[in-house]
Amino acid sequence: MNTRTLVPLVLVLLAASACRRQPEPAPEPMPTPVMVNQDSIDAARRAREAAEREAAERARREAEERTRAEAEARARAAADAARRAFSTAIYFDYDRSDLKPEARSLLDSKIPLMRANTPVRIRIAGHADERGSDSYNMALSQRRAASAKAYLVSQGIAADRIETVGFGEERPAATGSNEAAWAQNRRAEFEIIVGGENLRLP
Amino acid sequence: MNIRAIRRGAAGLAALISVVLLPVSAVAQDTSAVQGVRIGLTYSAGVRPGLYVLPMLGARADSIRAIITRDIDFGDRISVIAPDSGTPPTGRLNYPLYGRLGAAAVLQLSLDAGGGLKVVLHEVASAQAMNTRDYPLPGPELGPDWRMALHAVADEIERWITGVQGVAATRILFTRGGTLWVVDSDGQNAHAVPGVGSGLDGAWHPSGRTIGYTEMNDDGTRIVVREMSGARTRRIAAGPGSNITPAFSPDGRHVAYAWGEDGTDIFLHSLEGDGGRIRVTAGRGSTEAQPTFSPDGRRVVFTSFRLGRPELYITDADGANTELLTTSGFGDQLYRADPSWSPDGRFVAFSSQIEGRFQITTIGLRDRGVKQHTIDGINEDPSWAPDARHLVFTSNRGGTRQLWVLDTESGRMRQLTRGEPARMAAWSPRLADVK
Repeated sequence: MNTRTLVPLVLVLLAASACRRQPEPAPEPMPTPVMVNQDSIDAARRAREAAEREAAERARREAEERTRAEAEARARAAADAARRAFSTAIYFDYDRSDLKPEARSLLDSKIPLMRANTPVRIRIAGHADERGSDSYNMALSQRRAASAKAYLVSQGIAADRIETVGFGEERPAATGSNEAAWAQNRRAEFEIIVGGENLRLP
Repeated sequence: MNIRAIRRGAAGLAALISVVLLPVSAVAQDTSAVQGVRIGLTYSAGVRPGLYVLPMLGARADSIRAIITRDIDFGDRISVIAPDSGTPPTGRLNYPLYGRLGAAAVLQLSLDAGGGLKVVLHEVASAQAMNTRDYPLPGPELGPDWRMALHAVADEIERWITGVQGVAATRILFTRGGTLWVVDSDGQNAHAVPGVGSGLDGAWHPSGRTIGYTEMNDDGTRIVVREMSGARTRRIAAGPGSNITPAFSPDGRHVAYAWGEDGTDIFLHSLEGDGGRIRVTAGRGSTEAQPTFSPDGRRVVFTSFRLGRPELYITDADGANTELLTTSGFGDQLYRADPSWSPDGRFVAFSSQIEGRFQITTIGLRDRGVKQHTIDGINEDPSWAPDARHLVFTSNRGGTRQLWVLDTESGRMRQLTRGEPARMAAWSPRLADVK
């Protein structure tokens, strides 16, 4: 290398050296290496998905429950309505067991129910007010129950689906010694004794 | 009480008795009177010989004297004179004094050392003791058996005086609160019959040891025949529907009752052998119920709706020769029921609707004569006492339905039960010999 070449080179080196003598910045820390756990990611994902599925299932079940409850409520209401219609009492005149027109009408309303609920068997309980002979009233009340049964049978309901009993004045619906009480007590009541679990309206 | 023993004693006395104390002319009307038993008093309706009951000393003396005095008073055949206090006389009785007090007889009661009761009945006119007898009193004191023994003593005293045994030693079966109760004839010792659930229409077997009644449950009614001791219970149900109003035949071999679904008929059910039954009535859809037997068991009176209203009919026990019994004397009243045939066979007592309310009425079997016995309140469901003179019935005259006793000859009445309402009474046969 000749002198003329060497001098610039030295100058450059000197300049470079001068530059290196300036304060040096603190070295940046080395970044911690990220340890990626794929299993955890998968577990979290699965949990999230399970929660989502569970929520969806719960929503579905709740919807089904609501639907079923609504259906049951409707069925219950229908059954209650049917039971009420079955159990509506009929009333009689004093010392009489023949059916009044309104009693026939009420019995007519029970006939479709009997037909729509063929497993049903009923008991008709006759009652009397307090005014007649105590023991003779038992016979009178039996006759009232029998009148109601005879009418239902005449309309096509099988006789073996209907029992009758007479309670006389032993089980009053109303207390009191006045016509209002007596009128409520001269009655025949209807009770479902078999097949009352799933009543249907016609 | 041994009636034959009484009769043997009375037969001996009859030879001694020749003086009639009271100036009565009517012949005794009680058909159950036994000749030769009376100590000299001729009983007739409306005449009540006086009986002076002397004071008594000793344990329970007041109770003993009160029970016997009350029983004799309730018999309605004797006028009882019983001062509240005093000491028993000693020595010979001052017979003329008691005569001036209106007594035809004097009753002397005392307790012996063993707790037994000594009874002496003096006749004022002959001034001597005419009947003397000792009675054991079963314990405990004041208990039911002790009281019943005293009732039997009262009945025998009544027989000594009038020739007619009293009815104090009896009980009345009735319905209270839906079950059966029983009460002594003096209104004491009322209690529910143990072991009976639902109980209506009680009836006594002629033995006094067995009862019949209607048991009512949700599924219907059936007839129950039960020993009072509870040793045996039989349920008799002809079939579904009503099984009601039992009545025992006088020989105790049958129970009659009403059964049916569409109307009821009366059936006679044997309590012996295979328990077969025969139909007595053929109502054809009517209601035939409430049978009551004649004393000889050959005839039955019952209630029927066959004319479109309840009336009483009479029939042979086999169902033949049925005819209307309540044919006349009722005006436009339309309801007669609850028949009870008197033990002397002469009358049927029943409930008859008069001016809209039931009243106790009797009809004579011989002349069909009708007599109304009550006026106040609603009075129904009569049952005869064994003396064929007294009736127990249900009345609301005191505000609630209770049992009352009526003397059909004098019209005298007394209330038998108190407390919760009582009804459907049946008077027992004499129970003095029933253990």
